[in-house]
Amino acid sequence: MELNKIIKPENLVYKRTPLMTDANLSYCPGCGHGTVHRLIMEVVEEMGIQEDTIAIAPVGCSVLAYDFMDVDCAQAAHGRAPAVATGIKRLWPDKFVFTYQGDGDLAAIGTAETIHACNRGENITIFFVNNGIYGMTGGQMAPTTLEGMKSSTSPYGRNNETMGPPYKITELIAQLQGTYYVTRQAVHKPGPVRKAKKAIRKALEVQRDKKGISFIEFVSNCNSGWKMTPNDSNIWMEENMFPFYPMGDIKVDGELVKSP
Amino acid sequence: MAKAKGAIVVDIERCKGCQVCMVNCPTDTIGMAEEVNGKGYHFAYMKNPESCTGCTNCAVVCPDGVITVYRVKQN
Repeated sequence: MELNKIIKPENLVYKRTPLMTDANLSYCPGCGHGTVHRLIMEVVEEMGIQEDTIAIAPVGCSVLAYDFMDVDCAQAAHGRAPAVATGIKRLWPDKFVFTYQGDGDLAAIGTAETIHACNRGENITIFFVNNGIYGMTGGQMAPTTLEGMKSSTSPYGRNNETMGPPYKITELIAQLQGTYYVTRQAVHKPGPVRKAKKAIRKALEVQRDKKGISFIEFVSNCNSGWKMTPNDSNIWMEENMFPFYPMGDIKVDGELVKSP
Repeated sequence: MAKAKGAIVVDIERCKGCQVCMVNCPTDTIGMAEEVNGKGYHFAYMKNPESCTGCTNCAVVCPDGVITVYRVKQN
C-alpha cells in the first residue's frame, strides 16, 4: 500500500497532544522528562481539565516545564513546590494542582516540604522524576545516587560509608498516614510508558475525588550526566536502578501493598 | 486475516536523533537518516516502510513527541 493512502486524517492513531506547546523541549536527546511531560498532558487532555489544572514547576532541568505544558503554572523556590502547591490548592480546592519535581529538588533540598505535605495529606499530586543525579548543574551526586555510581562530585563512585547510602523517598513517604496512592513507574519502553500513563490518570482521579495526596516516582535516565548514549543509559537503568528502585505500586487506596 | 498497515511521519526539525524509537520498533522499520536536520541531529525515518504496522510504540516512547502514526486495516 502506498504511503499517501495510509497517511490520511481518518487513519490517524497517534499524534502529539496539543497541550504540549510548540516550544522545543530543552532536554537532552533521549531524556525521560519529555515523555513524562507528554504523558501528563495527554491525561489532562483526556480528562478535559486543562482549564482547571495548575502545575508547579521546580528548580532543576524541568524548571522550564511552564514553557512546555499548556496549563497554568507557577514556579517555586528550590524544593518548595509542595508548599506552593499546598497554598494554591487550599485557595482553589476544586482546581487540579500538581508539582513536577526532580530528585535533587524533591529528595534533597525539598525533603521537609515533601514529607510534611505528604504527612498532612494535602489533596495534590506529586510527579517525581528520579534520575539519580543533579542533571542540570552538571551531574553532581544526589541523595538518590546509587552506591558505587560515579558522578562529578563522587568521581570514584558513591561510598556509602562516607557519603551515606542512597535513600528511597517513595517508600519513606508511603509510610505516612496522609498518602493515598504511591507508585513507582518508568518511561523507557512502550510497556512501562503505557502503565505510567494509567498511573498518572489514577493519581489525578484520586485528586478529583478528594481522597488525599498521590505520589508517582518515575525512574528515569540522565544520559548526559551518566555519560552514556540514550539507549545505553536505558539499559544501565534497567540493570542497576531497577533492582534498587523496583517498579510497581507501593500504596493503593491508602493501604500499603508492598512492604518496603 | 486482517493485517494492519501503518506509517509514521517524523517532525524532522524537532527530532533529536536519540534512537529510542529505533530500538523499540518491533518490526525494524525505523532507521536514522544519514543526513542531518537544522540542529545537526541524524533524524529518524522509515527505513523499511513496508514493515510498519502502526503499533505506536515509537511514538509513545519518543521523548520529544515528534512521531505521528497512521494505521489502516487490510483484509
